[in-house]
Amino acid sequence: MQAARDPFVPDIYRVEQVRRELADAVTLELAPQSGTRPDFRPGQFNMLYAFGVGEVAISMSASAREKPGFVHTVRNAGAVSGALARLEPGATLGVRGPFGTGWPVAEAEGRDVVIVAGGLGLAPLRPAIQEVLARRECYGRVTILVGCRSPYDILYRHDLEQWRQRLDVTVEVTVDHAGTDWHGDVGFVTTLIPRSPFDPDKAVALVCGPEVMMRFAGGALQKAGMPASDIYLSMERNMKCAIGLCGHCQFGPAFICKDGPVLPLERIAGLLAVQEI
Amino acid sequence: MNMETMDQILARQAFFADFPPEFAALLAGCASNCHFKAGEYIIHEGDPADRFYLVRQGKVALEIAAPARAPVVITTLGEGQIVGMSWLVAPYRSEFDARAMEPVRAIAIDAACLRGKCEVDHHLGYEMMKRFLPVIVKRLHATRLQVLDVYGHN
Repeated sequence: MQAARDPFVPDIYRVEQVRRELADAVTLELAPQSGTRPDFRPGQFNMLYAFGVGEVAISMSASAREKPGFVHTVRNAGAVSGALARLEPGATLGVRGPFGTGWPVAEAEGRDVVIVAGGLGLAPLRPAIQEVLARRECYGRVTILVGCRSPYDILYRHDLEQWRQRLDVTVEVTVDHAGTDWHGDVGFVTTLIPRSPFDPDKAVALVCGPEVMMRFAGGALQKAGMPASDIYLSMERNMKCAIGLCGHCQFGPAFICKDGPVLPLERIAGLLAVQEI
Repeated sequence: MNMETMDQILARQAFFADFPPEFAALLAGCASNCHFKAGEYIIHEGDPADRFYLVRQGKVALEIAAPARAPVVITTLGEGQIVGMSWLVAPYRSEFDARAMEPVRAIAIDAACLRGKCEVDHHLGYEMMKRFLPVIVKRLHATRLQVLDVYGHN
């Protein structure tokens, strides 16, 4: 009998490729130093360990079917993420995971799928989009709504262009600030929701971005007729153990690492506007 | 071939959904079809707000021009949306530039004509306010979220 894996012991991964996505964000393609990468679901996360600096929770940003290793998009926002964002091909790092719940991709089969992403929130959603598009015939209408700060902050521009070229997906991108050289929409991402082609009675919405954006996107989806039980948010908190022991990521009665990060809006709606949580 | 009347065109617009039929002719009397080429300015800041527009097709950018810098786009408006709110508030001067980002087909409403009819018949005025106020509130709310700069790096 094989011994159970110790969730506190990281595996060593090698950086295979680094792609600069934005001025402060890179995508790392990781391969296991030995053995194989464990399977995972879209929406789950790993704890990435920059040796000598620390650990940080980062969601997978490509589906398991896309690459043999893990793909993570990291924004340089602090000491650990900064160290990760500076890694170069050939460097090694520790990986614990996968952890947490995933997006309800299988449960959404037969229904319309509405993806609402804000800023770097597109990264945890990309695996779900890739899974849905890989089995496109299993879903109803698919709508991808993306909001970001400016035209210079559009993540995965190449993917968005490819998805937009398909005839079976609606892709809308809006920015908060732009000059006249931008030919797309200007306005907050919630303004895209009322004009999007989905049936609120048979749709599932997957939402990821800054918390305030998710709160208002959830509200706009509900105004469009969707019940809170069909709207899923990916929450972010400071995670340490990643298995629900330490309590660092407690969010009301839930631990984001174990009960989340993907949670239905109906479970957390009352907590989103509570300043102290 | 049957030509669609302005009453019929207006009745199909979501903005005028459930508009009381007794006011439809009054509204239609102030309305006309119009087109703008891509890049053409529909409204200039500071001009008399003597018209507003209901976009039927195309996209419009609301802009603020500033000396020595490129104009900033505040928001974009598309099909079914209203361009021009300043006709509602004295001194009836346009607050922003509105530019057609692509060929635009719209219904232009003569604001001076409609203001006059609203003054004469306050029920008509109230019906217009019931339609415009939610749009104004939604835009104010969306602008607040834009100003929050939630995707910022702080």
